[in-house]
Amino acid sequence: MEHYLNLAIKAIFIENMALAFFLGMCTFIACSKKVETAIGLGAAVIFVMTVTVPLNNLVYTFLLKEGALSWLSESLGGYDLSFLGLLSYIGSIAAAVQIVEMALDRYAPALYNTLGVFLPLIAVNCAILGASLFMVEREYNLAESAVFGFGSGLGWALAILALASTRERMRYSNVPAGLRGLGMTFLLTGLLAIAFLAFSGIQL
Amino acid sequence: MAEKSSRVLIDPLFSNNPIALQVLGICSALAVTTKLETSLVMCGAVIAVIAGSNLSVSLLRNHIPASIRIIVQLTIIASFVIVADQILKAYLFEVSKQLSVFVGLIITNCIIMGRAEGFAMQNPPMKSLLDGIGNGLGYSLVLLVVGFFRELLGSGKLFGQVVLPLVTEGGWYTPNGLMLLSPGAFFLIAFLIWGLRTWKPEQAEED
Repeated sequence: MEHYLNLAIKAIFIENMALAFFLGMCTFIACSKKVETAIGLGAAVIFVMTVTVPLNNLVYTFLLKEGALSWLSESLGGYDLSFLGLLSYIGSIAAAVQIVEMALDRYAPALYNTLGVFLPLIAVNCAILGASLFMVEREYNLAESAVFGFGSGLGWALAILALASTRERMRYSNVPAGLRGLGMTFLLTGLLAIAFLAFSGIQL
Repeated sequence: MAEKSSRVLIDPLFSNNPIALQVLGICSALAVTTKLETSLVMCGAVIAVIAGSNLSVSLLRNHIPASIRIIVQLTIIASFVIVADQILKAYLFEVSKQLSVFVGLIITNCIIMGRAEGFAMQNPPMKSLLDGIGNGLGYSLVLLVVGFFRELLGSGKLFGQVVLPLVTEGGWYTPNGLMLLSPGAFFLIAFLIWGLRTWKPEQAEED
């Protein structure tokens, strides 16, 4: 149990997807103008990551890994399909996002109205694909990858929420003309990243 | 026509830079720039992928049904990225290890998707190829500038060669560790954008 807690804390704070690995930056910068949008997007990312990382873990263990096909028949045991990884992950992410979107539309219309517009955006968010790739690289098992997916999503949501709140306040400040908008956002993200660096001292 | 083609190639460098103005493809731009060598390899990979995908999407543009175009584009891009990834693993294994997941993440690099959707779907193959190379170069420009400063200020080296002798090795330069960490990259890009927008004020935002 403690192992999973450590994994989650590591994914949320120390190896924050957005601030330490720069993943999902495009949406991170583009959709952080308002706190409401940030909340919606953050929730969608948590949701999708928690679903897709374990899903891709299954795809990897039972279809792609060297010898993974041996559960089908003995003769297929020798194949190593891991070079197809990228294509399969992005495919399963796109499919999962589509299914999630349809399910939400049918069963939870209120949630769909808040998350709806962000879900297609998320399919090409590098944080989602990145989480799956990290999962493969670090050889997490199914339970670990579920925790990792949730933790990474939460960390990302936290970061975008913090940035959006700061940007809303920036409206009252007098920023130099060339720095307005994008430039200032990068400076703020840098400062946020410094704040998150403080967590790297935590020993797990 | 010749003049127009060169505009397609040159425009993305300064006037319409994909990173500084269109806010696309920042993710990978920041993560791989702690060293100039990795930045250079990444630039090569991205230019190859974006040129290839723009060309193929443009060649196929009249045959791709509109309703599934995103998936078709994604598959084309992913195929090119897999090729690039395998080539890097075969010939530049050390660098490819350092780039880790970021070669794979070229797939979700929004510049490539954006150019395929926004340009290659409406334009003839030659022009799309040039547009791809131009945008790749614009991306590379930012990447190399950031990589240059991060490696120089962060570890006093360029391409692994000592340029500024470090204090720890009997020299005079005290390395700025912040440059190697993530905040350094954010600040550098911010200053880069600031500089670019002071030089070309029409790019500044009102916000």
